[in-house]
Amino acid sequence: MTCSAGAGVFLKLSRLFVKIRRWVLVRMSLNCKLSGLNGRLPNCSKLKKAKEPLHGPNSVRKWRRELLFFFCLLVSVVLGSIGFLLSFNHGTLWGKEKAPNSCEEKAQILLQHFNLSKNQLHALTSLLSESDQMTSLQCTKELGSKVQLSDGITCALSVTCSEMQQLHKQHRWVADNDEPRDQCPVQDETISRKPSLSMLDDSPVPFISQSRVYSISANNQICEKNILQSGALVDCVKEHCESFCTIIKDQFNVSMNHVHALAILVSPFTMGNILLPLISDVNSVFSMITENICAYTERTAFERPLTSGVAYALKVPHSERELFEKQHGWTIKKMETEDQTLVQDCIPEKLDPAPIHDEYAPVIFSQETVSHIVSIDMMSGKEDRENILRARATGKGVLTSPFKLLKSNHLGVVLTFAVYNTDLPLDAMPEQRIEATVGYLGASYDVPSLVEKLLHQLACKQMIVVNVYDTTNASAPINMYGDEVTDTGLLQTSNLDFGDHNGSMRCIAAINRIAKVEEACRIMTKLKVRAEAADVAKTQFLATVSHEIRTPMNGVLGMLQMLMDTDLDPNQLDYAQTAHASGKDLIALINEVLDQAKIESGRLELEAVPFDLRAVLDNVLSLLSGKSNKKGIELAVYVSNQVPEVVIGDPGRFRQIITNLVGNSIKFTNDKGHIFISVHLADEVRGTPVIMDQVLGQGLSLAHDMSDGTYKTLSGIPVVDRWKSWKSFKKLGSTISMEESDMIKLLVTVEDTGVGIPLEAQNRIFTPFMQADSSTSRTYGGTGIGLSISERLVHLMGGEIGFVSEPGTGSTFSFTGVFRKGETSSLDSKWQQCDPSVSEFQGLRALVIDKSNIRAEVTRYHLQRLGITADIAFSLKLARSYLSSACKTSLSTNLSMVLIDKDVWDKETCLSFHQFLKDHRQNSSTEISINLPKIFLLTTSISPRERFEIKSAGFADNVLIKPLRLGVLIACLQDAFASGKKGQVSRKKPSTLGILLRQKRILVVDDNVVNRRVAEGALSKYGAIVTCVESGKAALAMLKPPHSFDACFMDLQMPEMDGFEATRQIRCMESKVNKEIVSGDASIEMFGNKAHWHTPILAMTADVIQATNEECMKCGMDDYVSKPFEEEQLYSAVAHFFESG
Amino acid sequence: MDRNHLKRQVDFMKRSFLDQGYLDEQFIQLEELQDDDNPNFVEEIVTLFFNDSARLLQNIEQALVSGPIDFPSLDNYMHQFKGSSSSIGAKRVKNECTRFKEYCTAGNAEGCLRTFVQVKQEHAILKTKLETYFQLAKQAGPSGTSGGQIR
Repeated sequence: MTCSAGAGVFLKLSRLFVKIRRWVLVRMSLNCKLSGLNGRLPNCSKLKKAKEPLHGPNSVRKWRRELLFFFCLLVSVVLGSIGFLLSFNHGTLWGKEKAPNSCEEKAQILLQHFNLSKNQLHALTSLLSESDQMTSLQCTKELGSKVQLSDGITCALSVTCSEMQQLHKQHRWVADNDEPRDQCPVQDETISRKPSLSMLDDSPVPFISQSRVYSISANNQICEKNILQSGALVDCVKEHCESFCTIIKDQFNVSMNHVHALAILVSPFTMGNILLPLISDVNSVFSMITENICAYTERTAFERPLTSGVAYALKVPHSERELFEKQHGWTIKKMETEDQTLVQDCIPEKLDPAPIHDEYAPVIFSQETVSHIVSIDMMSGKEDRENILRARATGKGVLTSPFKLLKSNHLGVVLTFAVYNTDLPLDAMPEQRIEATVGYLGASYDVPSLVEKLLHQLACKQMIVVNVYDTTNASAPINMYGDEVTDTGLLQTSNLDFGDHNGSMRCIAAINRIAKVEEACRIMTKLKVRAEAADVAKTQFLATVSHEIRTPMNGVLGMLQMLMDTDLDPNQLDYAQTAHASGKDLIALINEVLDQAKIESGRLELEAVPFDLRAVLDNVLSLLSGKSNKKGIELAVYVSNQVPEVVIGDPGRFRQIITNLVGNSIKFTNDKGHIFISVHLADEVRGTPVIMDQVLGQGLSLAHDMSDGTYKTLSGIPVVDRWKSWKSFKKLGSTISMEESDMIKLLVTVEDTGVGIPLEAQNRIFTPFMQADSSTSRTYGGTGIGLSISERLVHLMGGEIGFVSEPGTGSTFSFTGVFRKGETSSLDSKWQQCDPSVSEFQGLRALVIDKSNIRAEVTRYHLQRLGITADIAFSLKLARSYLSSACKTSLSTNLSMVLIDKDVWDKETCLSFHQFLKDHRQNSSTEISINLPKIFLLTTSISPRERFEIKSAGFADNVLIKPLRLGVLIACLQDAFASGKKGQVSRKKPSTLGILLRQKRILVVDDNVVNRRVAEGALSKYGAIVTCVESGKAALAMLKPPHSFDACFMDLQMPEMDGFEATRQIRCMESKVNKEIVSGDASIEMFGNKAHWHTPILAMTADVIQATNEECMKCGMDDYVSKPFEEEQLYSAVAHFFESG
Repeated sequence: MDRNHLKRQVDFMKRSFLDQGYLDEQFIQLEELQDDDNPNFVEEIVTLFFNDSARLLQNIEQALVSGPIDFPSLDNYMHQFKGSSSSIGAKRVKNECTRFKEYCTAGNAEGCLRTFVQVKQEHAILKTKLETYFQLAKQAGPSGTSGGQIR
């Protein structure tokens, strides 16, 4: 999405840019053309004057006509372009639609001009056909259609009809303009009216269309891509190209004029050939002249903007060579090679003297820039020689074809004017001209550097790629400037005409850049599509995989379930239960991964159900205990007693966050140390240290409390200061947000003694898929998605998450979350229900012996959950003194258990302690010696041998494997206290569903005998007393109050009366009875002492579709269970009704 | 020894039924419902199914051959049959029933007739298979589906 948006923005920007450029160009071209209008006349008259001596009197008339014609053209072009540009600026689309009209209009204007100046045109045609200059009369129209007439002087910008068609094919929305005839009515007309012109028309066309052929083919790809852009771009490029050409042409003409003027200026000096011998001090005069000319050419260089230098060569016949060489003091040199297309250095001193020829053309004066050619015989170079011969024979300025200029080796052309000693008539014969020739003035046009300079001046080099070609030989254009761009974008060709040489300029708008960006955009779009596809594939993959995992996991869970039904000792049972729970959690986690998509799309909604937070934490511990024990890490959880027993929130997500954090901690903690989860009210943080919860206060006293070489942490290994982890929280414990008194904010910390997070990675750990560094996933595995999910979930819970981490010490993550206080009764803790024996521990006393204060608190916390009050002793020695001091009081009498952590335990001391207990008890009270306190050993791991030793030696009654959690504790305590009736406690513990359904009377309504029997079998398995009927009617009869059924399972689709109808009638019946009872029309006794009748009716349905579900509720059903029965679902449905009952 | 072997054979047979799609998890769940109090639960249900289905199939056959087909009642019969099939986990039969019901909804008598043949066929195959299975299971002694009961 961002990509395409970006592309859109780019398109818009570029279009805008093009528009702006167009505006600028419009202004530019207007200015330019207007100034051209004003400025060209004097210019032209200058030209006229300059040319007069050259062409002689005869040419004057023609020149005037030409000028007049030119002027007319200029006016029409300017008018036309103004009109066009104005119309274009009203809006691109409109402008485009209007194009043919304006085309026609211009054609009209042109026609008028033609009509008006018919005579002149006739004269012109004759002139033009004589000269080898080209005229191209073309109706140019495409998106920005223009009608232009061009002669040899104006820069023709033409688009042939074939190209038009091409473009129109690309822009079908202007398809109505497709007919070339429609587009260019004037062309045909002009041709038919003036057949003489059609001939002119033909000559340039082949060349132009030829040059187009390749440009079109290059255009197509891009044009198709830029349907919207190309129109604007074509205009832009066109106008640019046009203005370049105009400028170049103008400058060329100006230069040519000036060179011509120079030729006139220099001619008197050449008379020196004759005069010089008469002057005594030839050399001094000559050098003076040289200096003067040098200075003059230098200072007037700006008048010849396109030339790199001018030089004058004298015509020296062989007979005068000796004299000439003597006068000048140097010999005439020849060029290195005659073939001027080759690269040559030019150092006159190294060159050989010119071989004997009929005549020579040694350079005598030159502009400073080309002073290196002085003394070189221009006749010795092929191109120059031909030029010289042509120039003196025609009397015109002639151009060489491009060749590598001497020294600079740039590609350039040389303009040569012959200098005559007499005024020759225009129709003078070549022989006369040759006779009258005294020298040659040459100017070199260094095209690349000049175009470069020009482009710099125009400051749009970045925008447009310009190529200049010499196209005199149309089939093999010579690249004069610019890199050969192979796959060009929008190409625009304009003709440049330099006398008898055709140039053509190709402008390529920054198209190659635009194309690049477009290409990138296209690629990105492609990639985006691919990425989206991959995303879909990923989701599908996850769905598939999760399904595929679920199937075998069901097998695993089923087997574990069976295993738990067998006779297991408490530890085995715990293992099996843990495995079972872990498997279930695995499936839950898979679902959570699937939920990530939901989180990402912001569609995740949190549940708000009452749950026992402590049980959830136990659950997490169970799930992760396998891993932590394997690594030898101590795992513990502590919940402050301020935290209510039941909170309302999303237990799944809460657990997910904690599982994530703890999972990470386990991953990054090795071999030693601990991971400690603690939950407090956020408000507790603000309490004074004195009354503060001991565990919470841990961080405060940590720094200055290290009495016996170990830190006062859970395992005695230093940790980071957890208080820092919530330092950045903005809303921590602010009661303002807790307006509703039943809202609480919990602060959960997960502390570990792991490797810590590198400082440089600390700011990106909440970024999805970013792990501390790339090696992390190699070393520790994982996707790096966990923390990002956690962060989002915490935010959803209205909380914040933060951490503090020190490499080498560990990390502590903290997060807050807002929950609602739940009624304890709203959720009867399941363990209380399933295990009535739990209450037997209520009121017992325990002594916890542990050198770690925190850990002792954790143990105490768990004991307290069972109603056991605990005292803490930090060593066995202290425990002994505690017991001795307490022996007189009643405290010791009901001390029923001693829990010793393995850290303070060793065989000798323990044995002595055991003995002490025995003795102590015997001494203190004689009558209850039978009731010795049970001793439990707390440890994270123990080998079976060790365990056996400990138990058999009687050091301890049982071993408690940490992490401590309620289930384990209960199992262990039960095992120890009920050793006499061992086996009974754990064996065949009725499942939770059994508790719920036991002795419940249930009516099953199903017309299908098989289904009926299956339902009966399933329900009676859980201890229910099942009655079956096979029709809605029968159910009606059975459920007529008073009756003894606790619930009814109703099939939906039954003949005669379906489940919906039956339920409706039952509800009707019930409400009638209820009304009677309320109104007193009937006594409660009449209806089995029940004041309100509402038999839970659960639909049994094979397809659980939402619609059915809603319909169930509508007709008064309470819930539904899917057929065939699934224990979980059955439980959740049934729990609703029976749990509180 | 022999009993163990038989038991393995029973298990193998059951697994092959599941693998080949004759039965699905529902059958396993039924077996889970079987315990000491209810030692022949599965067989009882299955027998019930075959007895009941014989009646239903007859009804359907009659509805199919006698005069104009009454699709709603046909669908009703088949719904019942499908319900019981899915209750015992007769997967293949159930699938055919679903197809039959689709034809019913579409009012395609020809399709109904064709599928009905398939239904009967699958039904017969399953009957044979399950009969063999229960016979074998009986020889193997009390079912070992839940280990807890053995002790």
